[in-house]
Amino acid sequence: MEHIRIDHTYILNMIEPNSHVLDLGCGDGELLWLLIKEKNCRATGIEIDEKAIYKCVERGVTVSHVDIDSGLKDYSDRRFDYVILNESLQEVLNPEKVILEALRVGKKVIVGIPNFCNIIARLQIFFLGKVPVTKGLPYTWYNTPNLRFLSIKDFREFCAQRGISIERQRAIGSKNEVFFWRNLFANVAIFLISKN
Amino acid sequence: MSQSFVETKYFTFAESPNELVLKSGVKFGPITLAYETYGQLNADKSNAILIFHALTGDAHAAGWHKDAKAPGWWDPMIGPGRAFDTDKYFVICANCIGGCKGSTGPSSINPASAKPYGMSFPVITIEDMVVSQKYLIDHLGIKKLLCASGGSMGGLMALEWSVRFPDTLESAILIATNYKHTAQQIALHEVARQAIMSDPHWNKGDYYGKELPAQGMAVSRMIGHITYMSERSMEEKFGRKLQDKEKLGYDFSQDFEVESYLRYRGASFVQRFDANSYLYLSKALDYFDLSEDGDLLKVFKGAKSKFLVVTFTSDWLYPSYQSKDLVRAMKANDLDVSFIDISTNYGHDSFLVEIEGQSKLVKYFLENVRAR
Repeated sequence: MEHIRIDHTYILNMIEPNSHVLDLGCGDGELLWLLIKEKNCRATGIEIDEKAIYKCVERGVTVSHVDIDSGLKDYSDRRFDYVILNESLQEVLNPEKVILEALRVGKKVIVGIPNFCNIIARLQIFFLGKVPVTKGLPYTWYNTPNLRFLSIKDFREFCAQRGISIERQRAIGSKNEVFFWRNLFANVAIFLISKN
Repeated sequence: MSQSFVETKYFTFAESPNELVLKSGVKFGPITLAYETYGQLNADKSNAILIFHALTGDAHAAGWHKDAKAPGWWDPMIGPGRAFDTDKYFVICANCIGGCKGSTGPSSINPASAKPYGMSFPVITIEDMVVSQKYLIDHLGIKKLLCASGGSMGGLMALEWSVRFPDTLESAILIATNYKHTAQQIALHEVARQAIMSDPHWNKGDYYGKELPAQGMAVSRMIGHITYMSERSMEEKFGRKLQDKEKLGYDFSQDFEVESYLRYRGASFVQRFDANSYLYLSKALDYFDLSEDGDLLKVFKGAKSKFLVVTFTSDWLYPSYQSKDLVRAMKANDLDVSFIDISTNYGHDSFLVEIEGQSKLVKYFLENVRAR
């Protein structure tokens, strides 16, 4: 499997074959297409960007042009085997509601977040006194789609406080997987979560 | 490319004693449907696409008739290499029952009286239109359509087909459509109908061979055109520009470009469309309600096809929220449905003029219908 994004690889790995999958903020549908091709999944996406929708339809990926916050209402409980929220959580208006709704609609949820408290970011805040702009998080404060800024530790605490179990967790540094001191060295983390 | 002309064909059925029982309960026949086909039907008859026209459309969806000044109404969408690719698919379009372009309608001759039906023509519904076209598809030997598609009224018909004949349809593309007329939509149609019916020349529908209700038709068409455009597109196209004038005339002749446009469009409409047909078809639209008892979820229980639902942001006649209700009900029934709300200024007419984006979506969607 060449040229597949590393986070997509981890997510593919977490999903059982022949599953029914919903991707919230699916972009151009690349992940869903991989899931269909490699894992024979039944896939649906939700995406707000019109241009991205065209790409999804081109790939044959089922997609709805709605925003995440309202799109989840259309689905009944535990309708999907997996709901994916990869790199889309920081752009939603109400992340808590979205995560809880995702856990209602999906038996398991996969969340991918950027880790805003990695060491480069911390050094920039400490030494430069500025909000960090790093290779992994390249946006400026005035030109960013991100509404939320969280760290791996923040997310783990969030889950613990709500009785959400983290079944698996993987983290990516600038190039490779990070196994230790993730909150410090990881740029991105992928969590497989569920709630009873 | 050699210029080959398209010919309209005719199919007659429901001849006595096998008249069609219409939704109203009335038994009616014989029925003739004018239709055209583009492309070739493949050996196992699996590449057929049925296109439904909108309120004032007809069977001539694409290509050129001999001596015509313009091609079919959806020519940019249907043809070799186009969205509905006639190199791959067999595309069919029929004039609906109640129409006036070759199919049996109020302007057709009643064989019993040897005179036009006029207002003695039975009130037909969207369901009747769809049922009658099923006879045509059966006649062509097609057991399962690859796709049914249309915009506006055409979309309603494709929608009805998907729930009425679910086993005969692989996919449906519904563009700028809805599933029932709201009070405002009915009201707009009522005004258009009243414009025709209050024209003294309408004469209770008995105007064939006599003076046509041209003024009434013109006014109803003017209303139609306003609903098909958006506030933005009208402002961009016309603004307050004056027609062939430097200053306002301070009389009631034509001042503004938009007035001239509406008058021109209104006047030319009566040349190509039958007034009674307009009454019958607009009424069929107002009558239609996919969720007859209000339960849209129930309606889709037996549906099987893959759906692509397309709306346009500036379409205020058939606003996106109605299609979103449809999509919600389809999703609740675990149907495979894709939905897009295309950003455009053209209003309801976008399905006829905003070809580029729509073409891509249709092309890709059709390519992937059989992907899994």
